[in-house]
Formats: sequence, structure tokens, C-alpha cells
Amino acid sequence: MSVIEKELKIETKNDFIVEAKNLKKYFPIKGGVLKRTVGHVKAVDDITLSIIRGETLGVVGESGSGKSTLGRVILRLMEPTEGQILFENEDISRLSNRQLRPFRKDMQIVFQDPFASLNPKMNVQELIEEPLLVQTSLNKNERREKAISLLEKVGLRPDSRLKYPHEFSGGQRQRISIARALALNPKFIICDEPVSALDVSIQAQVLNLMADLQDEFNLTYLFIAHDLSVVKHISDRVAVMYLGRIAEIAPKKNLYETPLHPYTEALLSAVPSTDVLNKREKIILKGDLPSPSNPPSGCAFRTRCPKAHERCALERPELINVSEGHYVACHLYEQ
Amino acid sequence: MTQKTLLDVKGLKTYFYLEGKRVAKAVDGVNFSVNSGETVALVGESGSGKSITSLSIMKLIGKPGKIEEGQILFDGKDLVNFTDKQMTQVRGREIGMIFQEPMTALNPVFTIGNQITETLIRHKKVSKAEADKKAIDLLKLVGFPRAEETMKEYPHQLSGGMRQRAMIAIAISCDPKLLIADEPTTALDVTIQAQILDIMDAMKKKFNMAVLLITHDLGVVAEYADRVMVMYGGQIVEQTTVENLFLNPKHPYTNGLLESLPSLEKEVDRLGAIKGMVPAAHEFPAGCRFSDRCPHVMDKCRAANPELVTVESGHNVRCYLYE
Repeated sequence: MSVIEKELKIETKNDFIVEAKNLKKYFPIKGGVLKRTVGHVKAVDDITLSIIRGETLGVVGESGSGKSTLGRVILRLMEPTEGQILFENEDISRLSNRQLRPFRKDMQIVFQDPFASLNPKMNVQELIEEPLLVQTSLNKNERREKAISLLEKVGLRPDSRLKYPHEFSGGQRQRISIARALALNPKFIICDEPVSALDVSIQAQVLNLMADLQDEFNLTYLFIAHDLSVVKHISDRVAVMYLGRIAEIAPKKNLYETPLHPYTEALLSAVPSTDVLNKREKIILKGDLPSPSNPPSGCAFRTRCPKAHERCALERPELINVSEGHYVACHLYEQ
Repeated sequence: MTQKTLLDVKGLKTYFYLEGKRVAKAVDGVNFSVNSGETVALVGESGSGKSITSLSIMKLIGKPGKIEEGQILFDGKDLVNFTDKQMTQVRGREIGMIFQEPMTALNPVFTIGNQITETLIRHKKVSKAEADKKAIDLLKLVGFPRAEETMKEYPHQLSGGMRQRAMIAIAISCDPKLLIADEPTTALDVTIQAQILDIMDAMKKKFNMAVLLITHDLGVVAEYADRVMVMYGGQIVEQTTVENLFLNPKHPYTNGLLESLPSLEKEVDRLGAIKGMVPAAHEFPAGCRFSDRCPHVMDKCRAANPELVTVESGHNVRCYLYE
């Protein structure tokens, strides 16, 4: 499917596969001898977003921005503190583990570190058939057939079925993780930094594979990464996170060509460019990401923002709509 | 401006002797030079031999590895013949180093101040008080506004970017002529990466240091280096100026790398991936080491490894397409 076809398809129907409404995840900080709660790390702080069926929504942010926690809360791998998660219009935020089980096969996750996410004591066949054993009634032969076809889909040789994870390179291991995620024909996959541990030539192979699989199986991706170029390549829309909140969310073209939030501008300018003839002007931000346990008052970005003014310390900006599909949380764009 | 050659690496071979009489030729005949005041980048993927090259220059190769052959001329002296004792006078004083992971490079049980003054007291033979004063100046230079307090802090109290700045302060404390930076920003976020590279560039200009930058990130190379060497399979496959490399890349591997890189400037439907993966150092293919993955492979590529040849002034390529 070409990019244009895909854009058309997404624009013509607003069919949400996943919606998060006012989602919060606070981690308590325990202190003192009695281990009382003395504060909270607001990893995800009031996030509302919708993921359209068939699209790739990219989520970018620096370490500590809460992007991985967001992914985990959406899948209910972590319990939300507050808010709702709708999967195909059904509220799954309060379901018990048993009630969740039928939804589980529709949503999968691929993690960053394929060394840590694959059990070293299981061979590839066992790794891939584990979800089939839990969720389906396929017999041994059928499971073997399925594993072979999945391995072929992700570009691995069927005879690697009986090997163990340590016998593979990082890129191959990530292919195994993808095959495992695909085993139950999911509709929605969260990809949490799936290529950041890989070399560029291998990264390109895996990104191409993910794009092909998306077309073939009509998958929806939530693609979490810190690399802005990778996210631009794979996404249809992109959300920028800062300290547990969305700073800006827009269709890819708008976000990269006309970034509005000062943080997005600074992030984009900081990406080293291979264009040796036209150097970008860099906006060098001062300091580090503040601690999410004690975020600045008002706008969390104001301590590093080159355009901060008085109001930013007093009031927290809400996401406002500035143009078709383009939302930004910054006082500069309020009327 | 005539530039003086500061570092001249000639025919460097560093081999690792593995079990079963296997030999990993991690660095296999590398030639390059770095002039004073210049930033030269060594770029390559994991397993290309770029880090082993930099560790060989510092003579930090431990068993089962060994510098097998070659010369490392630094300021005219051959470091290969230096004893361990002589090397301690070079490391930290004439050549500064920054590594990828500042948490493991800094000692967790000493304060930042301790670790900077240690270098100064040892190499510059200054008093404790003088060293403290110099250390505070250095910390301010690399962007610590509360330098006096930072002196008393331990590495775990600093963020990744601050640790890397502390590492830079230590590395430049004795005014080295050469700074070796091995993936200095790989573990950092992009806004922090920009800060660190900015500081490194400012320090380089202020002290007229030469920088040998080891990285896998072609964007960092394009922004900060003057000249660049692309490494593959323990050898340099292309060597030229940064402009030439990005505007006029010659080696199929360089081309493949550039096409596999997603970029903010261009929009492509599919990335041009290189098939296969980097071979391990003890199982390079016969002939050209890139032959198994190369889209232009010819019969002779599988027979013998091509030499690095000059295709135009200052542009060397190791490929039969250009012979």
C-alpha cells in the first residue's frame, strides 16, 4: 500500500481501535521507617489519545518521559491509577485478568531488548507456540506448521525452529519476538523501542519487515521510540511526550515540517543531520529532564524552554486543537 | 594553514587468539593519521573493529588480544614499543579518553572532585589546593553552574549527561593533544547529545585538541567531523572528507549504510537495507569481507580482498569497482 493510499484510508474513517481517556499512572514513593507514601512519580499524567485502525502512531520522548509506561498501561501490563482504556469500544481498564484473556490475543507487544524478552531455556518452536497453547486448541502438528509459516514470514529459516535464543544475532532475535507477537493474529501491536538495540543496516531490515507485516495483516502499531528519524519513517501520526504528558500530537507531515511546541522544535533541531550542505540551526536546551517526582509548576517544560514567560509557571497548558488533527499543549498558541 | 600530523597509525593489526586455535582479526591492517586540531571519525557497525582500533592506540588491549603488527606514531614516538610505565605518562596526560558509558568509566566510590584532581595531581604535580581550583574551573567550563557543590558529589547523584560532562572535564584536565571519544553520546538522549557534542567541539577549539571520534551514528559524523574512515570487518573500506563521504560515497557498504538510515530530510517508502549481517571476526569470508552482502559482488571479489586505493585526491576506497 502506498503512503497516499494509506493516508486516504485513514482519513476517510475514524475507526478507533484503542482509546485512552485521562489515563494516569502514578508510582508511589515510599519513605521513612513506616514506608509511608511520601510522594508520587507521575509517569503518565492525564493522557488522552485515540489510535486509528490500520495506522502507526509514533510516540517519541526522552528517557523518563513516560512513553514505555504509557504502552504498558494501555496493554494492562500495569494497572492504571486512573482513567479509561477502550479496546474496540470496550472498556478494558477495570477487567479482571480472566475477563481480559479474550482481549489479550488481539494486542501484543515487542520489547526493546530481545535478549531479555525471550526465555533462554526455550527453543524457537517453544517460544512461538507458547501463546498458541494458551489461547488456541491447535494440536502439535498444527502448532509446528504455524511456527514454520511464522518463521518464514519474518525471514528466518524454518530449520532454526529448534535453536535457542543465544544462537541468534540481535536482529534475528528481534525477528523471533515479532513472530511470537504475530502468532495469535493480533490486531494491535505495541512496539517499544524495537530497533534501538540494532545496528543501522539491521534496523532497516527490521523496519522494512514491520511495514510489510502491517500491510499483510492490517496491523495497527503504537510505535514507541526515542529516535525521531525512525519514528518519522514508520509513523502516520506522532505524539511527543514530556514528563508524562503529551506536548504535541499531529500527523507526521505537520509535526516534522511545522512543529509548534518549543520542545518539539528543540528535539528536531538536535537530531544530527547527514545533510552536509544545509546544516540545521541547533536549539541547545539547558539542563536535564526534571525529576518526574517533583515536576515544575505550570508547564513542565518551562525550566528548559527558550520561550517561557510568566504564565507558564502559573498555569498548566492543556492540549488545544490548532489545525486538522494537530494538537499542542503550549500557552503560545492559546487565543 | 599547514597542519602537523599528530597521530599516524601504520599497518595496525590487533588479533585475538580464541579457543581452538581460531584467530579473530579484529583490526587487520589499518592506516590513518590525525592532524592536530582536527576531528577524525571512525564509523562502523558493531564488530567492525572501531573500538579495538581506539583501544589499541591507548594500548588497552588485554589477553587474549595482542597488537600483532604495525606502528602507532604519536608525536613522532612509536607507542607500540612503549612499556606499561611509559604508557601511564601518555594516557590521561597526552591522550584523553571518553567512553560510552560514564557510569562504568567513573569510580562510584569517589567524588567527582576526587576523580578530577587525581589526574591533575598525578600528571601535573600540583598541590591539592591548586588541583581543586583547576577542577572547579574545568567543571564550570563544561557547564556545571554549581561546580563547587558538584565537586563533592558522587557519580550516582548525577544524570547521564552530567556524568559525561564530568568525564570530559577529567579527559581535558591535563590539556591533552588528542582526545579519543568512543561513542561519547550513544547512551544519551538527543537533546543531551547536542549539549555534549557542543561542549566537546568548544573544548576542541579552545585547546586546539585533535579528536578521534568513534561512533556508529552517521549524523554525528556529518555534524562534527572533518574527515572520516568507514570500517568494516577490521579494515578501512572508505576514507575521505566528510563532505565527500555524504555527497559522493563510493564503497557499496557506505552506500548501503546511507540508504538504510532513516532521515528527517528525505521521505522514502522503504529503507534500502543491506542483506545479511556483519560477519564475526574469526569467520570473515575469503576475498572482500563485504562480498557476501554486496549487491555488486563479482567473481574476483570472492577470490581476493581488494586493496585500499586512491580514487581521487584524499578519497580512498577498498573495492574492485574503482580499480
